[in-house]
Amino acid sequence: MKRVAIVSAGITKFMRRAQETGRELSFHAANMALKNAGMTLADVQCVAESTAPDAFDGVHMNGEYLSDGSGGWRKPYLRSYVGGGSGVFVTIHGWYQVASGMFDTCLVVASEKMSSCHPHPQAAFLNIFDNFIERPLGCNLLWIFALEMNRYMTVHKIAHEQIALVSVKNKKNALDNPAAQIPEKITVKDVLNSEVLAWPVHRLDISPTSDGAAALVLASEDVAYKYTDKPVWIDGVGWCLDTAYWTNKDLYYPRYVEKAAAMAYKMAGITNPRKEIHVAEPYDPFDYKELHHMEGLMLCGKGEAPKLTEKGVTQRDGDLPTCPSGGLLGVGNPIAASGTMKVAEIFWQLREEAGERQVTRKCQTGLAQAWGDLMQVGTVVVLRK
Amino acid sequence: MAKSKVAVIGYGVSSYGSLSPEVSYKEMMYEACSKAYQMAGIDPRQDVDSFVTASEDFNEGTSIFDEYIPDQMGGMLRPNQTIAGDGIQAVAAGVMQILTGRFKIVAVEAHSKASNITDHIGLLHFATDPAFTRPLRAHPYFLAGLEMRCFLSASRNTEQHAARVAVKNKNNAMLNPLGVHSAKIALEDVLASEPTFSPLKKLEQSKPADGGFCVVLANEKMAKKLSDKPVWITGIGWCSDSYQPERREMSWPEYARLAAEMAFRQAGIPKQKNAFRIAEIDDTFSYKELQHLEAMGLARKGESGRLLEQGAFDIDGELAVNPSGGSLGCGHLLDAGGLFRLVEVLRQLRGEAAGCQVKDARKGMAMSWRGIPTATAAVAVLEV
Repeated sequence: MKRVAIVSAGITKFMRRAQETGRELSFHAANMALKNAGMTLADVQCVAESTAPDAFDGVHMNGEYLSDGSGGWRKPYLRSYVGGGSGVFVTIHGWYQVASGMFDTCLVVASEKMSSCHPHPQAAFLNIFDNFIERPLGCNLLWIFALEMNRYMTVHKIAHEQIALVSVKNKKNALDNPAAQIPEKITVKDVLNSEVLAWPVHRLDISPTSDGAAALVLASEDVAYKYTDKPVWIDGVGWCLDTAYWTNKDLYYPRYVEKAAAMAYKMAGITNPRKEIHVAEPYDPFDYKELHHMEGLMLCGKGEAPKLTEKGVTQRDGDLPTCPSGGLLGVGNPIAASGTMKVAEIFWQLREEAGERQVTRKCQTGLAQAWGDLMQVGTVVVLRK
Repeated sequence: MAKSKVAVIGYGVSSYGSLSPEVSYKEMMYEACSKAYQMAGIDPRQDVDSFVTASEDFNEGTSIFDEYIPDQMGGMLRPNQTIAGDGIQAVAAGVMQILTGRFKIVAVEAHSKASNITDHIGLLHFATDPAFTRPLRAHPYFLAGLEMRCFLSASRNTEQHAARVAVKNKNNAMLNPLGVHSAKIALEDVLASEPTFSPLKKLEQSKPADGGFCVVLANEKMAKKLSDKPVWITGIGWCSDSYQPERREMSWPEYARLAAEMAFRQAGIPKQKNAFRIAEIDDTFSYKELQHLEAMGLARKGESGRLLEQGAFDIDGELAVNPSGGSLGCGHLLDAGGLFRLVEVLRQLRGEAAGCQVKDARKGMAMSWRGIPTATAAVAVLEV
């Protein structure tokens, strides 16, 4: 197995970008990643691309449509996806393309164009439910989050105030992120007073819908130093899918994230994640999800994540900074691109290139994670400098 | 890359037909996978390290279709993923996972439930460029008509040559249990069939079919341990040319040349002539078989039609091309088409192809194209 490094990253601003198509967004991110590494398409041997549901922009075989913009022209170009977990998964996809020895370099591109879905992209999510059992109910994705959040709060006796702290932290962190869509200085009170969408989920508990793209350049150990002096190594990867029958499991704990994390930790030789992971980007489409995922990632015990948050451990100057980028809550949530944004943030943090966002503690090892589907997917990468 | 040491140790095909009201897509997946696991002698819950499917949301009528992989494939709480591509591209993902050394056995699945799609052409409209092509409101197959015209005029091949592909494949399919669109027809029948997208004719277009396919891949050690008849994947390649039809060379499928070049290089095949005994290649439209044969170097530029006429591509010819009957004879399977072709090559190399069996088949290749409006192909080289 070849060791694989990330040598460069690129990102677009996340926002409603009505003027640009998905392929233009892909181009902007891919172009930035290539330029940062001093590379051109001639240096790229293959392209791994990800975008999740085609229903957002109504383009069938969307991967084919995006291929030119992602630099896939006349190259081995492959689109993978695992729902919301796609952004981190496409990094894993790029990893195995290079680790296999088949390619020396791989351009990883993730993009999402949600704003073209009318009246709201939420409607496209009806089609992710089981066509016989669930779809006739006219489901909304918020419902299942509300159920899960409520279950998590009930089992561990967590107050909404504790959860709202995550939204406050991430939106504040995003103030320093030039790519961010809704950076904001808010208080716990603002979150609790915001509109109830599906109790207990309030508007400020949720990330927005966004358009955007992110890209990475991967290189094998043989060529990585040709493109950078500071490669960041992908030392652990893990992914896992649980059953589609989400009603058959207890939603209070994401066991699929635990399995994915265990796979990545084993590969990276990590036995005590709480001590050995120095900075993390757990997936935070909802504020409670960051806490849920910290527990699944075994960065703390079950039900303990709210306490760490209250103590300030997860702040940028804390001992275990989480979502220093501003996360999905602050930067935005163009589904596939948001996961790749998290990998890019850890890349910049480990290289100490995050500027105003740089965490205080010294970091050797970091982690990015994404979640997806019907409370099903965990995707994890462990990065080291 | 050196010759890869990945083998196929089992395959399964579900119930198959031009319609399949008796099964859901979930049952189809389950049946194909169960059969493949049984042949490989494995339990997916313990032995399979990773699961891959090839699927497209709009074909399934389900957004983020990967949700419905684990339960059907026996992959719950294990690594699963979707490739939004053709079956052979999904096999490529499985091969690369095994080559990392961290996965021993990978299962790959693809299926077509085309009969669930009420409006194929309406769906294909959504695959065309929303800004440049879709506003033309043209039936997307017009691209096939244009491409066929370009190809025939640029090469020395004729409309009769293209029609002969349909004759060969539909007749070959008479011998295949999957040959649901087989027919005993003659050249005159094809030439006399209704022109659809001139010069393309009705009998030169493949019609949809339903079916599920699964293959089990294993590394060298596991393959030798588990299988008496492993079939080695010695090369695999894939490529996409521009998605914009106006930016492609219509007479020449460069995507097929590049995909084949990648696979042949890995397999150590410097000269394609006489390298294979059998090739299952894309024949979504009759002329596509000729175009792909030439692009992949299996026939010289402009000579495929003449060779076909001479019988070189018959079941008992120098190179049996689509002895299964291909898409024209067995139906078009959306993105499961690649896995269908791969399984047909496996059956040949394992000596299980019954009526279509090609004698002394030891090396074969499968090639797929993702169909209109794409310019994406994948190629696999298989050996025993």
